[in-house]
Amino acid sequence: MKIIVAIKQVPARDSQLRVASSGKWIEDADLTYEINEPDAYALEAGLQLKEKHGGEVAVLCAGPARAAQTIREALAKGADRAIHIEEEELGAYDPLAAARLLAAALQPEAPDLVLTGLQSDDLGYGQTGVILAELMGLPHATIIMQVEKQDGSIRVKRELENGWFQHVEMPLPALLTIQSGISKLRYATLMGIKKAKSKEIRRLTAGDLGVSASHPRITLERVYAPERSKRTQVFDGPPREAAAQLVEKLKFEARVI
Amino acid sequence: MSILAILEQREGQWNKMSFETLAAAQQMAQELGTTAGAAVVGQGVGALAKELGTKRLEKVYAVEHELLKDYTPDAYAAALRQLVEHAKPSLVLFPHTYQVRDFLPKLATALDRVAVSDVVAHRVENGRPVFVRQLFQGKVNVDVRFAAGDPNFASLQAGAYRADQAAEGTAPVETFAPQLAAGQIRTRPLEWFRESARAVDLSAAEIIVSVGRGIKEADNIPLVQKLADALGAELAASRPICDAGWLPMARQVGSSGQTVAPKLYLAVGISGAIQHLVGMKGSRTVVAINKDPNAPILEIADYAIVGDLFQVVPELTAAVEKAKS
Repeated sequence: MKIIVAIKQVPARDSQLRVASSGKWIEDADLTYEINEPDAYALEAGLQLKEKHGGEVAVLCAGPARAAQTIREALAKGADRAIHIEEEELGAYDPLAAARLLAAALQPEAPDLVLTGLQSDDLGYGQTGVILAELMGLPHATIIMQVEKQDGSIRVKRELENGWFQHVEMPLPALLTIQSGISKLRYATLMGIKKAKSKEIRRLTAGDLGVSASHPRITLERVYAPERSKRTQVFDGPPREAAAQLVEKLKFEARVI
Repeated sequence: MSILAILEQREGQWNKMSFETLAAAQQMAQELGTTAGAAVVGQGVGALAKELGTKRLEKVYAVEHELLKDYTPDAYAAALRQLVEHAKPSLVLFPHTYQVRDFLPKLATALDRVAVSDVVAHRVENGRPVFVRQLFQGKVNVDVRFAAGDPNFASLQAGAYRADQAAEGTAPVETFAPQLAAGQIRTRPLEWFRESARAVDLSAAEIIVSVGRGIKEADNIPLVQKLADALGAELAASRPICDAGWLPMARQVGSSGQTVAPKLYLAVGISGAIQHLVGMKGSRTVVAINKDPNAPILEIADYAIVGDLFQVVPELTAAVEKAKS
């Protein structure tokens, strides 16, 4: 089975974010980056399918030069090769344009299965996978917790609201968006890191793919810190003092203990 | 500009977010000086459409087809594309449910549009809507506008609009029969199921102490358990803790876990991603213990201790024990 996993590099989860002075994005000079967490689970799902059924796992990543680090980590975990769509201004692409970039790189690969995370930790549209399926004419399912390969088809476990699940069957080729927690993530081994150095990373540009960010369908006007909907009483003194102040409030003001 | 709300039902039961979307459509229609309509999709949805006929709407569509009985993205996207081409709304609103997440991007792409997903608020500027959504798991907000012509699409986050504000009235019901063929539907949906009977019913708890990523490792869970014991509280967790197997899935609060509204919800080391907040924002009093003063959980907290939970939680446990003795 030929599996391609679309991954994205995003600011690390515990980053302290500040709005950039332009008001168009966040201050990104001092940020550290990592693989988008749901994409890490998509990669894991792909690697496990390969281990069970054979074939190959390639990763596809659109992002600036710094994304090469995330791509190398995916190769070190066991992906066989990578395609890096080098684009410094990915922020100018709306979800449809970003998916067009990915689709243009995927189309000639003719994969059996495309996997990606259910959403990104930065923009959080939760749309790229489904748009990609529509552009490529593939059946899809989202928020997937389990993938079983059958003869020429797959059976997946789809997460629904309030603790419900559903199995869905579909023919291959297909696209799935993977939920975090589908299985335990592996670490790269020393051998894996060594091997990754000789694995192929094919570099493409938006120009090579004939895709541009012009004529966006939606535009981000202004980024800002959220206004507080509640007035929060904050205790930031020494722990013992703060704990005593909080208990006082919970007992006499909120009257909940 | 007219607004069409696409409401969600399953086996004749409304998804409770549907009426939030209905209320939002009415509100936006008023602000934009236009009319609102609503549609319900499925098989045998006549009774639900009739119920919508008692709301203040210009028109109600019952989108009926036997191939819409069980949800599939192929049938839903095809049927709604035909409805949009027939009704010609300017703006189509959806509740941001798991089902909508599964088909809305496909529908919008088929019509060469991008949906604005997971909207938390809106305003009207120069006669055009501006939508507010969250970035970076709720740490930052962004204003989004449509840059393409009509129709446009948006989905609304759970709890962003109030269902009880849906206005009453009368509306004519039109049955809309889309052209669908079984061969168009590529996925085969099977029965819904739950993993196991839930051992824990968090929704009945008066006090919940909930733990998140900040706890760092499984061995630290007893620290928070002690606080829960002191408060007589149920212990709960955000998704990553249950994913890691540190607490059972039955104790997960959030969009994929349980929805709770206790008297007191104490969030320990939980940053407050949207998926968690939708499961607990109805709590009467929210307390956050977090090292990050900018964590989104603080936006909805009544009280917060900003500090290292490993120092704060034992002190808090001791203070609660003292207050209760």
